[in-house]
Amino acid sequence: MAAVAMRLPAVRAPLDSRAPRGGEKHLVAPGDTITTDTAYMRGHGTYVEDDKLIASVAGVVERVNKLVCVRALKARYNGEIGDVVVGRITEVQQKRWKVETNSRLDSVLLLSSINLPGGELRRKSAEDELAMRDYLQEGDLISAEVQSIFSDGAVSLHTRSLKYGKLGQGVLVQVSPSLVKRQKTHFHDLPCGASVILGNNGFIWIYPTPEQKDDEAGGYTANLEPVPLSDREVISRLRNCIMALVTHKMMLFDTSILYCYEASLPHQIKDILKPEVTEEIVLEARQRLLDSEG
Amino acid sequence: MASVVLSEAEKLYIVHGVQEDLRVDGRGCEDYRCAEVETDVVSNTSGSARVKLGETDILVGIKAEMGTPKLEKPDEGYLEFFVDCSSNSPELEGRGGEELGTDIANTLYRVFSCENSVDLKSLCINPKEHCWVLYVDVLLLECGGNIFDAISIAVKAALFNTRIPKVHVLEDEEGTKEIELSDDPYDCIQLNVDEVPCIVTLSKIGYRHVVDATLPEEACSLASLLISVTSKGAITSMKKVGKGSLDPESIFEMMETGQRVGKSLHIALQKILDEEESLGTSRPKVGFLG
Repeated sequence: MAAVAMRLPAVRAPLDSRAPRGGEKHLVAPGDTITTDTAYMRGHGTYVEDDKLIASVAGVVERVNKLVCVRALKARYNGEIGDVVVGRITEVQQKRWKVETNSRLDSVLLLSSINLPGGELRRKSAEDELAMRDYLQEGDLISAEVQSIFSDGAVSLHTRSLKYGKLGQGVLVQVSPSLVKRQKTHFHDLPCGASVILGNNGFIWIYPTPEQKDDEAGGYTANLEPVPLSDREVISRLRNCIMALVTHKMMLFDTSILYCYEASLPHQIKDILKPEVTEEIVLEARQRLLDSEG
Repeated sequence: MASVVLSEAEKLYIVHGVQEDLRVDGRGCEDYRCAEVETDVVSNTSGSARVKLGETDILVGIKAEMGTPKLEKPDEGYLEFFVDCSSNSPELEGRGGEELGTDIANTLYRVFSCENSVDLKSLCINPKEHCWVLYVDVLLLECGGNIFDAISIAVKAALFNTRIPKVHVLEDEEGTKEIELSDDPYDCIQLNVDEVPCIVTLSKIGYRHVVDATLPEEACSLASLLISVTSKGAITSMKKVGKGSLDPESIFEMMETGQRVGKSLHIALQKILDEEESLGTSRPKVGFLG
């Protein structure tokens, strides 16, 4: 049976007016005066005009002693060493791959920074260079860690651990990098039946939990078996919950996603994206988070 | 057309999901995404509409101008379509979007080439001399998959919203005709959009076909069928796109699905348009800043 739902657009009311907020943040828009005190040093996102410090981006004002900077809410990913990212291979070059990670420049994955299939540890030879496309092709998704940052800001990645490598079947969700909370671990096996990788660059990968931990594989053998329907439902529901949280600009971490998932269980998966249902489950998840904190 | 690059495993996941009637966002194969329709968004046009179908955002404006009828149809007015895709992505800026724009415009001409879709005789003022020409401008604001369906919904909504001023033809003693526009700005004629068709795109993924494909789903489908269906379920035109091939049996199945889905699409759209019109001037205008 075909289902076509059409509606008239409604002015989006901000969610904040109903739920209590935790701590006031100084939000500015481009052109807003931050301070007229000349003692402050200007940082990123600010400029000086007529002895006034003015914001050049829309975001939150952060102050460290005498340094004032504005952290933009919607910005490209800025790499930090140790971050876990999910990226897509865009080019295969001579001794490296170019990876798209939603940053200002394409990230780089050097041939010397990957693990070979089977877990062998050896120096990469010329044959490996010619066989690069057999390991990673254009369009493949990988999970990697930031190894270092070049002087121009481009990020160099490595997959030198068995938990990183080529990703198999699953769903990718792209969100703004500022919505992903920094945590100890970004690989989560959620109790609802699926696993999720929260990349710091805003790429979130949802995939079915693998049954056994295959250590010898090294991450290159893709499992091409059809995913069972029950796992698919969990993955689709998680994907819709993440989209709901993003619509209301909530921080994404394992607990918030789990609470949102549990709040959405009474509804059908495809109904989660309707504006009224989205609001209801995000409010419930937010309430649970505040209750568990306080 | 804007397309995403996917890994082989992702494509496999989508194809298997479609086989089991559970797409990535939880929809079935015949479900549309939630659509938002608003008319009368551009003030200096005769009729306008904006449709948001998931990520896809379309704006249509219709201007009614006076022109001379075509030679082969002297007692009818006509429609002119123009599609602009330059605001979509850097590769479609300037001349880049021309190919996609002309492709969409030609499809629209084909869909509306059916004689009864719009009552063109009502657009005639003086046979062989004056008629109304409706210039339909389509603006592709964001491409999130399934642009043809969204464009046809927006065109129908804009035609429903179009108000053409009433004109009187006065004849002098010498025989020269003068056209007089009525003073009352609300004295207009409305077009009858009951027979205006809507396009339903059916994309073949694996062994099944889906309606309202998102960008990743379009990347997995090799062939699609564009069917224009009227509210009564009559198919007015058909077009196959994509580099893959379609089996004749699957074409019949897709046509049946298209008719079914098209009828429910028209019912839902007409309900929304009637609801919007019944609210009249008390409707809160959302526009682009909502």
